Amino acid sequence: MITAVQKPIDEIAGMAFRHKRILIVGCGSCVTVCFAGGEKEVKTLASLLRMKAKMENRELAIDEITIERQCDHEFIDKIAALVEKADAVISVACGAGAQLIAEKFPNKIVYPGLNTTFLGITEQQGIWKERCQGCGSCLIDKTGGICPIARCAKNLLNGPCGGSSDGKCEINPETECAWQLIYDRLKQLGQLDSLEEILPAKDWTTSRDGGPRKIVREDLKQ
Amino acid sequence: MEPKETTSEAQAGTQFEPEIVAFCCHYCAFAAADLAGVMRLSYPPNVKIIRIPCTGKLDIGYIFKAFEKGADGIIVAGCEEGSCHFQKGNLVAKKRVAYAKQLLRSIGMDDNRLEMYNLSSAMGSRFAQIATEMTDRIKKLGPSPLGRKKNDQVEEIKK
Repeated sequence: MITAVQKPIDEIAGMAFRHKRILIVGCGSCVTVCFAGGEKEVKTLASLLRMKAKMENRELAIDEITIERQCDHEFIDKIAALVEKADAVISVACGAGAQLIAEKFPNKIVYPGLNTTFLGITEQQGIWKERCQGCGSCLIDKTGGICPIARCAKNLLNGPCGGSSDGKCEINPETECAWQLIYDRLKQLGQLDSLEEILPAKDWTTSRDGGPRKIVREDLKQ
Repeated sequence: MEPKETTSEAQAGTQFEPEIVAFCCHYCAFAAADLAGVMRLSYPPNVKIIRIPCTGKLDIGYIFKAFEKGADGIIVAGCEEGSCHFQKGNLVAKKRVAYAKQLLRSIGMDDNRLEMYNLSSAMGSRFAQIATEMTDRIKKLGPSPLGRKKNDQVEEIKK
């Protein structure tokens, strides 16, 4: 899922308090799962902003709505009337959701309520970890199912580097060395010989280096 | 961020009678409050009790809604640690109250207006003591910076 964290309340208030009436739009998908922008978080944020506005004697009306997904047109279409009523929208979704709302309502100011962080997994409730960088050319078949692009600080394809010590990365003693994990897993699988294969330099054009990416499926396209 | 509240006891005046909402667990604090009544113990009438099935049911939204509606202070009262009827509802509530306090501080509100207590259903006198303690604390802090009046500037979407 896409993980995100809520921006500091002062930063959000700085955006919201420029207006008299705002709409906070939550997203029922990834950011609900990581407790950043779901229905409850929208209610909490609205309460905090209302309380802060009242303490500072500001006039602020807040509407709240949480839709299924902010990255799909059909769900955003349903809140058009609410968006029109508001002076500005605070989107508590990932950057994709916030941008689609901005794109759908060109005359409306849209602010981000979250800092979108990474593609990751829930390790346990309250702890999320990065696992994928969306490089566009997955190679974990060669690395025991562990991604060195997302999990090695240097994105090394033929690691580890000299900074690996006792299975930890030199950037942080709590960060596991991705290449130690790869070695351990390949050993467990009896595939250590695959480490003899040198992975060639990666073609990064499938990643961000090729500019904004687009997927087109002719069979599905309307 | 440091709390911005500046209301002192002197500013609040001696007439200030706080509104305190106590979210009480059905299995302990609510029964303790009942026991306090049976024991004919007196405690300040400022405390209004709302019974909840477990403090683990307490959503942060309930706390904020109570403040928005004019509560000057909020008590969350659950079972003693290790004695939750639902195993760990009170431990969940403990973390949630700590987070709510952090959020209150972030908007400049004194987090002492919110407190969690743990007690058993046999502790009638402890409930009376908690109610008195919290009432005294909120009297010292003064009225909520949000005011008693319902926030009429707010329009919520009724679903």
